[in-house]
Amino acid sequence: MALFDKYAPLMGQFESLESTGYNPFNVSFDRVLSPTEGMIAGRRILLLGTNNYLGLTYDPDVIDAAVAATRNLGAGTTGSRVANGSYGGHRQLERHLADFYGRRHCMVFSTGYQANLGILSALAGKDDHLILDADSHASIYDGSRLGHAQVTRFRHNDPDDLDNRLRRLADTPGDKVIVVEGIYSMLGDTAPLREFVEVKRKWGAYLVVDEAHSLGVLGRTGRGLAEAAGVEDEVDFIVGTFSKSLGGIGGFCVSDMDGFDILRVASRPYMFTASLPPAVVAAVTEALNQLRHRPALRQQLMDNARRFHAGLGDLGFQVGPEASPVVSAIMPDPKTAFAFWTRLLEAGLYTNVSLPPATPKGLALLRSSVSAAHSRSQIDHALSLFADTGRELGLIPAEPAIPTWVKHPTANLAGTEPQDALAIGFRNQLLARLAAPSKAMAKYYSAFRRQSPGRARIVGDK
Amino acid sequence: MQNSAEQIRSLVFDALRAALERPVELSDDTNITEGLGLDSVAVMDFVMEIEDALDISIPLDRIAEVKTVGDLVAAAQDLKGGH
Ligand SMILES: Cc1ncc(COP(=O)(O)O)c(C=O)c1O
Repeated sequence: MALFDKYAPLMGQFESLESTGYNPFNVSFDRVLSPTEGMIAGRRILLLGTNNYLGLTYDPDVIDAAVAATRNLGAGTTGSRVANGSYGGHRQLERHLADFYGRRHCMVFSTGYQANLGILSALAGKDDHLILDADSHASIYDGSRLGHAQVTRFRHNDPDDLDNRLRRLADTPGDKVIVVEGIYSMLGDTAPLREFVEVKRKWGAYLVVDEAHSLGVLGRTGRGLAEAAGVEDEVDFIVGTFSKSLGGIGGFCVSDMDGFDILRVASRPYMFTASLPPAVVAAVTEALNQLRHRPALRQQLMDNARRFHAGLGDLGFQVGPEASPVVSAIMPDPKTAFAFWTRLLEAGLYTNVSLPPATPKGLALLRSSVSAAHSRSQIDHALSLFADTGRELGLIPAEPAIPTWVKHPTANLAGTEPQDALAIGFRNQLLARLAAPSKAMAKYYSAFRRQSPGRARIVGDK
Repeated sequence: MQNSAEQIRSLVFDALRAALERPVELSDDTNITEGLGLDSVAVMDFVMEIEDALDISIPLDRIAEVKTVGDLVAAAQDLKGGH
């Protein structure tokens, strides 16, 4: 048996995508022109599949800071901060982040992925317990495996299930560490953080929130979901990344916990990897400065997010429960997702395909993400390409024949639990689809029922 | 409350059939991932149904070790009836 035989099924799938000439997992840009435009195969493409939420990658001050740092300090550090020393910029960035979050401690990592690896593996020891939201990002799962704690998962965004899990562990010794995300990267939904905090307090657990997609997006000053939910005091550790709203690369963790700095010599993904190069540190420091002093960027981002989310919903696409910069249209199956993605790219629009097991509940997603840098006309152009493609593929009604009451799935949901809001949003959109059934839609519906039996029951179907 | 292996086995069978939404022949030797084509997340999702029914939590490293239906029954029984 050859070494790679175990990948035969994966290889088959990958090669069949390659043979179409359009493989969403192997895209390369000839050039990137701006936060919203690039060139692929000689053609100008509108970018709707980045995580460039604030559009800061081309900010002149950010670029100047990176250039100056490279000239003054060189291209790389060539070593780890523990073995080979920190530069002033590393420490300064940590101070700025701690100050931004109003916390005493901050550690910077070389990627967001490593921040989760480094924090989760070091926080929970052999006799401790990590309790993860089931829809957690791969880096959270991997960080849990890197350490020696017992790991269990609870149902996505479900405080009652979390409560059950902690109750089952009540008589087991060891600390309990809960891990959730601010905005979930697949459907753009947010965690019910206030309810989670209550459960955490009830059982004396610790809480880690990964604000990868919510830093610079949520909260009065852009600190993320914990700020938006008014529970920052109850969040023991905030993890985040520089690779999305800050337009660079790297990760961090902030905390007020006494003794936090011991992690610098206990966390292997911090110790045994090279530190961020001066250009990145300087660029991220300036991007953080922009994030703090340009709240209009956040406003622009959320305006674009709402416009695109409502636009897709109005067209009849099944989207996530709340308007967020991540907007995913649920596809009936991976094949349709690929076909949809390919047609969009041919029409000049770049999006993402997300498939299980990276997605929740076996969903095939056509994922988009909007930026503050998108103009209104770019958002509208993207919507019109989605409309054309959705109609060509028979996924949405020929003309917008949807009654107003189902148009906005999250309208009328005051006082509803977020997870119910998700279900109700889906239900409304399913009802819309059932009102105008077609063969493709029937397939759509049965795919949904298969993927999410609990939720489909809401429509009174068995 | 202790559950017999038999009760746990029938729970597992029911949960698997519900997850697959198609009739399948199941036995202790059925391989859950290779035989039934569930991916890693689908397996963890379906295990949640069993955890609920038995009021246990099966740690992820134990789930990762599970290959067959019989392995899962044994792991669940161990956690349920162990003490
Ligand atoms: C929730 C979450 N955490 C962590 C990461 C990892 O961040 P990075 O890509 O910056 O390493 C990502 C994104 O990739 C993410 O979505």
